[in-house]
Amino acid sequence: MKSLELKNLYDDFRDSKTIKAYASLIEQEAKKIDRSINIMEVCGGHTHTIMKYGLPQLMPDNVKFIHGPGCPVCIMPKHRIDHAYILAMQEDVILVTLGDMIKVPGSKGSLQNARAKGADVRFVYSPMECIKIASDNPDKKIIFFAIGFETTTPMTAVLIDTVIKKNINNIYFHINHVTVPEVMEELINSRDEHIDSYNNQIDAFLGPSHVSVIAGSKIYEKFPKEYKRPVVVTGFEPVDMMEGVLKILKQFSENRCENEIQYKRVVSFEGNIKAQQLIDTYFNKASLFKWRGLGNVPNSGLKLKKEYANLDAEIIYKDVLPIEEVEDHKLCICGDILRGMAHPTECTIFGTACKPNSPVGSCMVSSEGACAAYYKYGNLL
Amino acid sequence: MKKSVPLSAGNGGEENNELISKVFYKAFKNDILLKSEDAAVLELDANKIAMSTDSFTVTPLFFPGGDIGKLAVCGTCNDIAMMGAKPKYITVGFIIEEGFDLRELEKIARSMKKELEVNGAMVVSGDTKVMPKGTIDKLIINTSGIGELEYEGISSNNISKDDTILVSRDIGAHGATIFTAREGIELQSNLQSDCNSLYPTVKALIDAGIKITALRDATRGGVSAVLNEWAKQSDICIEVEEDSIPVSPEVFGVCEMLGFEPTMLANEGTFCLAIKNEDASRALEILKQFSQNATIIGKVTDTHKQRVILNSSYGTKRFLDTPTGELLPRIC
Repeated sequence: MKSLELKNLYDDFRDSKTIKAYASLIEQEAKKIDRSINIMEVCGGHTHTIMKYGLPQLMPDNVKFIHGPGCPVCIMPKHRIDHAYILAMQEDVILVTLGDMIKVPGSKGSLQNARAKGADVRFVYSPMECIKIASDNPDKKIIFFAIGFETTTPMTAVLIDTVIKKNINNIYFHINHVTVPEVMEELINSRDEHIDSYNNQIDAFLGPSHVSVIAGSKIYEKFPKEYKRPVVVTGFEPVDMMEGVLKILKQFSENRCENEIQYKRVVSFEGNIKAQQLIDTYFNKASLFKWRGLGNVPNSGLKLKKEYANLDAEIIYKDVLPIEEVEDHKLCICGDILRGMAHPTECTIFGTACKPNSPVGSCMVSSEGACAAYYKYGNLL
Repeated sequence: MKKSVPLSAGNGGEENNELISKVFYKAFKNDILLKSEDAAVLELDANKIAMSTDSFTVTPLFFPGGDIGKLAVCGTCNDIAMMGAKPKYITVGFIIEEGFDLRELEKIARSMKKELEVNGAMVVSGDTKVMPKGTIDKLIINTSGIGELEYEGISSNNISKDDTILVSRDIGAHGATIFTAREGIELQSNLQSDCNSLYPTVKALIDAGIKITALRDATRGGVSAVLNEWAKQSDICIEVEEDSIPVSPEVFGVCEMLGFEPTMLANEGTFCLAIKNEDASRALEILKQFSQNATIIGKVTDTHKQRVILNSSYGTKRFLDTPTGELLPRIC
């Protein structure tokens, strides 16, 4: 028997014939709709697929993508990054975080800058690596700077659970987990400061699907019902995304407005109940979380429950952590871009003061941000 | 008790001499080196020589497919080979952290010796320094080398529409191997670095009379850095068929999990070639004698000068950019 190879798992989802076939189905469907449809892909992973595979080049003129705020690194406000920087600079602290968080600049610099100044900053692929770091460094305090949407929250919860059950006494947490539905609501509801209008341009959502592996597709129920925006929870391969777009267009041409799942091979309506329970055990909703580029979004953040205050680095180090927030740059129009009201190239500092190596706004921070993607892949799109 | 390198081994005195004779002379001995003069006096047949230098640091020092010693010889010899020259004389500088395991140092020297033999090159001069513990990360090796030119005119500035772009084997193996071996990334795989000497391959191309325009080994920055440098230096557009880029399933797996592009990953025994169109298929046949995965990946156009374009099999295009910053895994 031939053994299963990785390529067997993805080949069909990147198959050029299938992608072309979907492109022609999308074109036919779009012709039935006599208006333009702006589809927001909320998740940074989707933005990445769209850019990497050049999907806008396969879309008819009346179908456009709006790149949403779903990159956990991009949306981290400066004052939270300042927290990470200050914690990293404390004596006897090893600051641990995930991937490209370490390159995002706060007002004092990035964690890379802190590391260059002698701080012990490490990135891990799995938060559980903290356990090994803690046992290798018993005289150090390990602070896990936890970031990410519903997708990564359970990993932090498992680490907390392990720390408590194994009685590990040198791991602490700085929690920056955020949730998707609240920010989607904010995008629809909020007033745009620059033009004093509530007019977002979002007609439908491609639902973040690894979020839904954990939280279920149920979290998007209100969007078709209360806001009249169709949602299709969609996978990350190009064939997935083409099918997701087609499903959205069909809802418009058939006059439906529903919450559908394209990514059925891993997403269910209810999601991962065990993971949800674990999250509920350790976290509360924070009443406000400030998003870089969007400002304060009600109920969009998580924080450790009061009974775990002894693990909460934000409480333990409260005397050294600044509470005042840092405003976004005045010329930055990330808020408008995220609402689909402006194109990255319309920003006066795009590509000049704001570049991937020295980002000003959230959308330029990581490769999953809209501005960074336009800067990089630019004029072919 | 394990033997280690004492700080005094860098003092220029007795301990220094002991380290040099027991480890380095033992591995590298040849008539020129053993003369122990202040400088090596070299004889050369060719009128033109190629010269290159590079310093090497890698964590871990020993990795699947190689070690820092093999890397240090391959690195400099490959740079020389990329100019159509035969690596001949090498100098080596060792900067060693106090307390470094002597057995490991011997192992590294033996591995260098083996790789020098592949290139037909020899160490003609060397230097050793020992730094106090904690001031450097274990070991840094510098190598410089001279090679005799066997094929003239290779340049990254002369690539034109008359050239075809090839790659000598599947890409990204070294970068993927080192990344998965580092601390904090608990990944197990059968990955092996591609760390290897390229002179034998280049010699085969030259011997067959292949018309070579440019060669460059795709080290840091990977294939995307090489192609972007070529596009800029020769003021051309390079168009690559994405599906044709050879990537092993293991490297692909690492990239899929961590969110990397194989074209961004470092190689230490893989090179890009710009070969005159009429010789491209013959060059490919020769490359395939060394690696079955050698492939023609693209052509030169003037669609977007100074840029590299990736064409997908379903009709979309995107730029292949030069990688920037530290290689960091994606979050989710």
